[in-house]
Amino acid sequence: MTSATCSSALPRAADPDAALRGSASPLFIYLLRLGDNALMLGHRLSEWCGHAPVLEEDLALANMGLDLIGQARSFLTYAGEVEASGRDEDALAYLREAGEYRNILLVELPRGDFAFTMVRQLLYAGLTQRLFEALAASCDATLAGIAAKGAKELAYHVRHAAEWTIRLGDGSEDSHRRTQLALDELWPYTGEMLEIDEVERTLIGQHIAVDPSHLCPGWEQALAAVIAEATLQRPAHTWMHSGGRIGRHSEHLGHLLSELQYLQRAYPGAKW
Amino acid sequence: MIAVSLTSIACQQSATAARAWAAAAAVVDPEVPILTIADLGVLREVRITDGVVEVVITPTYLGCPAMAVIALDIETALVKAGFARCKVTTVLSPPWTTDFMSEAGRVKLRSFGIAPPAGKASRRALFGEERVECPRCGSAQTTRVSEFGSTACKALYRCCVCAEPFDYFKCI
Repeated sequence: MTSATCSSALPRAADPDAALRGSASPLFIYLLRLGDNALMLGHRLSEWCGHAPVLEEDLALANMGLDLIGQARSFLTYAGEVEASGRDEDALAYLREAGEYRNILLVELPRGDFAFTMVRQLLYAGLTQRLFEALAASCDATLAGIAAKGAKELAYHVRHAAEWTIRLGDGSEDSHRRTQLALDELWPYTGEMLEIDEVERTLIGQHIAVDPSHLCPGWEQALAAVIAEATLQRPAHTWMHSGGRIGRHSEHLGHLLSELQYLQRAYPGAKW
Repeated sequence: MIAVSLTSIACQQSATAARAWAAAAAVVDPEVPILTIADLGVLREVRITDGVVEVVITPTYLGCPAMAVIALDIETALVKAGFARCKVTTVLSPPWTTDFMSEAGRVKLRSFGIAPPAGKASRRALFGEERVECPRCGSAQTTRVSEFGSTACKALYRCCVCAEPFDYFKCI
């Protein structure tokens, strides 16, 4: 198994937020990255509502989506406070252009089939839970509070996704094939979870952020156990997609936003 | 003399604070209306500063949609109890866990047909199921239908003895 994702030769963006940095603090961008990840993946999970293979799974996916949207609300509310220019969680979630979102590409990919959804959840939640557990010791008390809460929620997502990955991978010929296909397709998107740039470096120096590469060995070990039990093979890619964290997104994000932002774009200021 | 009057003022203040606490503590969870927010451990603190009652609550889950309703219900309850100036503050630290739920809350849950959280929330195992007792017949022979139920805080179980399907308030 290669450890390409852990190597320090990971592609790192040269000057990611040059345009933003004039007015935006590293903490603001960091919070957007965390919040946008949760927002997009939460939206993708919500798309399953009414379409899951069985009723229990419909509930499970909607529950996990709700957890993620709750986490997104907390991060984006705090981002708005840090920015201090009057934007609240709604303004940040609904009124930005695609290029202003800071989520990784992994979470904006279309939901795919059920295997794709579960493998993505396993990859995202596995590392993010570890990240949040580490962030619970952040010097920033608000960030630490959100992370500590989110880590407990993600523990359930990891367990659920791992159980399904094993059941599907070690299942029928068709479910095995589709789960392996999902892993092959998703793996090159995992590198972005481990990237850091000037934003993180500044915050790591202030003991606010955490270097995800420190979490990588434990994550890979736990993941390898699930993949082995699922009789799957982890692809040996060395090349990783990148760009979402600096606002360079796939075309999928625009389509996602056209749905996510529809109400606020069509009826500005609409409230419940 | 001065000491006595100060004590009486302090008594009066603490009586007022206790009344504010009682009003807030009686608010129920809209999704599990047998539980008050005090039973749940969602109510953290009630303090009075310059005549303003501040109620501090903490969410069970970050995405819990009941929090907005609970905050509104607290304000309504306080206004009804004569506290016109009040506000609700949400805190995240320390994070809520099912360990905050009171013993009275656990008993109420069971009587409502919901199995209370079993054991401590610190469980870290990746797999395996918790030993959950059926709230109807008390049997420990139950099976998990789904780890995710009708609300974020509940899982779906079924009793293998009396065949009753039931909600389990899961550990977090």
